[in-house]
Amino acid sequence: MMGGYVEGIIAILCINLIFAYGIYLTAASGQLNLGGAGFQAIGAYVAGVCSNYFELPIVFSVLGGILGAGLIGFLISFPVLRTRGVYMVLATFAFALVISGIILNSEFLGGATGMVVPAYAPVEVLIFSTFIIILIVFWLMASRVGLAMRAVHDDDVVSEIMGVNVKGIQVFAFTLGGALAGLSGALYAHHYSFIEAQYFNAVLSIFVLLFVLIGGTQTAWGPLFGASFFTLVPEILRLGDTEWRYVIFGILIVLMMIFRPQGVVTRTFVHRASKIFYRTAER
Amino acid sequence: MAVPILQINCITKFFGGLKVLEDVSFDLMPGQRFGLIGPNGAGKTTVFNLLSGVYSVDSGSVILANQDITNLPIRKRIGLGLSRSFQNIRLMPHLSVLENVMMGQHCQANRITEMIKPIGWTKNNRWRQRALETIKDAGLEVDLNSTVSELPYGVRKKIEVVRALMSKPSVLMLDEPAAGLNPQETIELAGFLRGISDSNVTLLLVEHDMNFIHAICEKVVVLNFGLKIFEGTPKEVNRNKAVLEAYLGTSAMESSGVT
Ligand SMILES: Nc1ncnc2c1ncn2[C@@H]1O[C@H](COP(=O)(O)OP(=O)(O)O)[C@@H](O)[C@H]1O
Ligand SMILES: [Mg+2]
Repeated sequence: MMGGYVEGIIAILCINLIFAYGIYLTAASGQLNLGGAGFQAIGAYVAGVCSNYFELPIVFSVLGGILGAGLIGFLISFPVLRTRGVYMVLATFAFALVISGIILNSEFLGGATGMVVPAYAPVEVLIFSTFIIILIVFWLMASRVGLAMRAVHDDDVVSEIMGVNVKGIQVFAFTLGGALAGLSGALYAHHYSFIEAQYFNAVLSIFVLLFVLIGGTQTAWGPLFGASFFTLVPEILRLGDTEWRYVIFGILIVLMMIFRPQGVVTRTFVHRASKIFYRTAER
Repeated sequence: MAVPILQINCITKFFGGLKVLEDVSFDLMPGQRFGLIGPNGAGKTTVFNLLSGVYSVDSGSVILANQDITNLPIRKRIGLGLSRSFQNIRLMPHLSVLENVMMGQHCQANRITEMIKPIGWTKNNRWRQRALETIKDAGLEVDLNSTVSELPYGVRKKIEVVRALMSKPSVLMLDEPAAGLNPQETIELAGFLRGISDSNVTLLLVEHDMNFIHAICEKVVVLNFGLKIFEGTPKEVNRNKAVLEAYLGTSAMESSGVT
């Protein structure tokens, strides 16, 4: 078996990756979702309730978390998509605050004391789920749906003229994105066996959007890099000098933003990297 | 008597208090090569925007192949055969050349299976093959994986024409396709467009280069301040007094003694 420390890092990496892919889907089609923690919380609490009150097996409670967050994503996409730019950021942010407020004030959900989730999902389940989600997102982004999402990101009017159902694509991205964030929450709940509203806070929403924007939204490699960087680098820095680790981490982020404003992994970057890869593979 | 493929009936458009088009009408016959010309600000691009649905008409109607499309949603129009390019290039800046061109095929992928099939993974995908063929026919020589925002103006202009062709349009509307091309490229483009028209695509061209119009168009409409001031052959247009006035200004004509 893996050591506890490594296993802990892998678990949080898996959760962050799935979470980041949820936010990535909306970002790839040109919408900024700063309500990530809200969707993750819905997934976690729906799974928690299914497991706690209805004693459903993990498969069904996780499925419940996915569907619950996806449904809420679908419903709020309509008002949210009426807004643009900074207003959309604020609308999604407000949504997450509302969710957090509802949980804190609900006795049924355990309020501020949190909720115990008895059924345990081992790290292998998290790894497997992450693997499947990465495959699905890569597949989706290689399809016409993915191409249309990226086209909408670049120019929604021209996309519409090209025959793209722009609104449909945006609702789809928001819904599926919500569902993935919900999945990450459900897995969190079952892996840590305890959830509380305070965990799903504004900083978490900001962090996951940062993973995605710094990783890059043009290809499905972006969140893979972004989430891994943000999860692993602080851990690596922890091994060295503790005093400076936040400073070094902060400087790295600022440098990436300055030198890679489109995100670290761009489409051109992937293209060039794959060329080099094939050239060395041929040798 | 053949039926027009596209009928524009008395369209009028206001922007705020400004009347940009007034009662403009003309018909395009199938396979015709049609030129829409006029001084800057005459309303040519606005005609394209009304036809493609970007703006709604204030009065009048647009009939495409016997179907009233005046108030049809924007995205439904390309599937009915109406395709266009843009005067100030509007390619997707973060997509590759090939991806931009393949966006032009979007309206043909009707089934859900076509939508979710990966198009980027296999080289012999039929969508990709057809895109490559059209790119080759158009004489577009460029790294298909480069991001379009890195490319020179003339190349991007050509990519727009190719993208507009990918939907297999019955009416192809090009807004100043030769702008920014050198003389050699302009001649090649004219040849290419004549070839397209021979395969029964109706062309509606907005262009400033009169040589280009003469080389391609069978018929022209001249707009001036939102009014149609002339409709006829390119030969006639050169002798028309109203057109000369519109282009040169009345005073210029008086001083040159044309009146
Ligand atoms: N979206 C708009 N809002 C306000 N005025 C516009 C808009 N689009 C075009 N116009 C005005 O309409 C007139 C015709 O423009 P346009 O159709 O672009 O002319 P052309 O393509 O013939 O040069 C111009 O006076 C222009 O300023
Ligand atoms: Mg114009």
